[in-house]
Amino acid sequence: MGMTSPSRRSLRLVSNGVLLLVGLAFALPLVWLVLASLDERATLSIKLPDELSLQNFVEVMTPEKAFIPLMNSLILSAGCAVITVVVAVLAAYPLSRYRMRINKPFLYGVLFGTCLPITAMMVPVYSLFVAFNLIDSMAGTILFLAATSLPMAIYMTKNFMDGVPVTLEEAAWMDGASMMSTLTRIVVPLMRPGLAVVFIFVFIGAWGNFFVPFVLLLSPDKLPAAVSIFAFFGQYGSVAYGQLAAFSLLYSVPVIALYVLVSRVLGGSSALAGAVKG
Amino acid sequence: MRSIPLLPAIVLLVIFLLGPVISSFYGSFTDASLTGASAQGSSFVGFQNYAELFADPDFPKSVMLTLVFLVASAIIGQNVIGLGLALLMRSSSGIARGLVGTFVVTAWVLPEIVASFAAYAFFNDTGTLNTMLAWAGLEGTNWLYATPMLAVILANIWRGTAFSMLVYSAALQDVPAEITESAEVDGARGWQRLAFITVPMIRRSITTNLMLTTLQTLSVFTLIFVMTGGGPGTDSSTLPVLAYQEAFQFGQLGFGTAIATILLLVGALFSIVYLRALKPEAD
Repeated sequence: MGMTSPSRRSLRLVSNGVLLLVGLAFALPLVWLVLASLDERATLSIKLPDELSLQNFVEVMTPEKAFIPLMNSLILSAGCAVITVVVAVLAAYPLSRYRMRINKPFLYGVLFGTCLPITAMMVPVYSLFVAFNLIDSMAGTILFLAATSLPMAIYMTKNFMDGVPVTLEEAAWMDGASMMSTLTRIVVPLMRPGLAVVFIFVFIGAWGNFFVPFVLLLSPDKLPAAVSIFAFFGQYGSVAYGQLAAFSLLYSVPVIALYVLVSRVLGGSSALAGAVKG
Repeated sequence: MRSIPLLPAIVLLVIFLLGPVISSFYGSFTDASLTGASAQGSSFVGFQNYAELFADPDFPKSVMLTLVFLVASAIIGQNVIGLGLALLMRSSSGIARGLVGTFVVTAWVLPEIVASFAAYAFFNDTGTLNTMLAWAGLEGTNWLYATPMLAVILANIWRGTAFSMLVYSAALQDVPAEITESAEVDGARGWQRLAFITVPMIRRSITTNLMLTTLQTLSVFTLIFVMTGGGPGTDSSTLPVLAYQEAFQFGQLGFGTAIATILLLVGALFSIVYLRALKPEAD
């Protein structure tokens, strides 16, 4: 930037100023969350704690309050992500490698599925789960979460798979390898980073989902952290904002860490949006 | 058969996505409810649910609220602020860019329930917003009761702008610098370059982003549910919230299902427009 004219420099100053102001507005609710978690007498408003303390974290780190809900979140999200990735890889392979008559309608259907407003479906999904006696079933909830993340996962997996050169597989086909062994021995190992991205993408989505487990699960010992935070708010909300904030942070950290990881894998923070854009 | 690996995906999608869609269409024509006599067996009632729905003042009101929410928070808020942030970031220093980008993206990456509580605390009567206003010598109001729509709209902008910002940042990188520079040499002002060069060149990203943010915003539930519960009364019940209230709080499953069906139709309509605009290379 050797040739910055005065107008360029003032432009930079103004845009820095505006940007920081907007950034401050975006930061305030987040700063509250962090400060409240470190404040034993937290309120709903931003304020500096009289003394910084980890007491809130100590209070919520009990099996009933944090560990069981977080464990349930892990079971739901990991189960959903594993099923989704396996099914998506299977589906993406013929879509990526063969020209079949079913490809076009299937891909259109999948893209259409990514657009469905899932929250709009929860009332009929609830009726369906009642009819099949799947209410309060972890397995049923996992399968439903998997089905809702599947369209996007198939789309992303196919895009990643299209980037894997076919030449290696052709050699394997010559040697008489079956479709399944070509897929598992050659294609999958070559697209491991892509699959990690899809896995994390689905995992983050399921981990953060509130509405689906809120409607489909009932027993307190099966509820994931998202729903137990909501219940926690109802029970102790007016007295224990600090604990609520501490629990919220414990629950959010894994997702943020995974997001940072994916951004690194794909290079650049616009990676997830790019992946979504296809 | 080479299409066999598609089977698990098809089975999952048919049972858990197509199934509810079909049962939603069917259920919206029955008098099913969660409790009472019709909880056992439901009977076909034709368009009765829809007739009652349109006669109920809550429904047209909810349609209006949904439209306001879509236009104000997605189409105007997230898109304009997202594009604005993406543009500002190009002409700012690295530190400001990194800092602001982190805050904006964090609001988007946070699990929805956590983001909803942070927004609830911010707009609460005793929350951060009113504290800040008091510092400035202004008196706030109880935003969540007095202006619930404004609160949830601003919260949704806060929550969702990152997506538009990321999409537009990526799009702006593809605009060749020579073109805007030569326009600058020709004497085009900043806003002229934006309106006549930059925006037309990222037209495709704008269309895509408008559709995607609209679809995402159409299905926002948790944010509103946690912040206002649709209230006071039904003053902030957008369609997804109203569907939930009707089905699970007022026990009107058929009613809720009819709203869900309408939402699905609207979503489907948007998707078709979107897919036509996108024309994927599905070969």
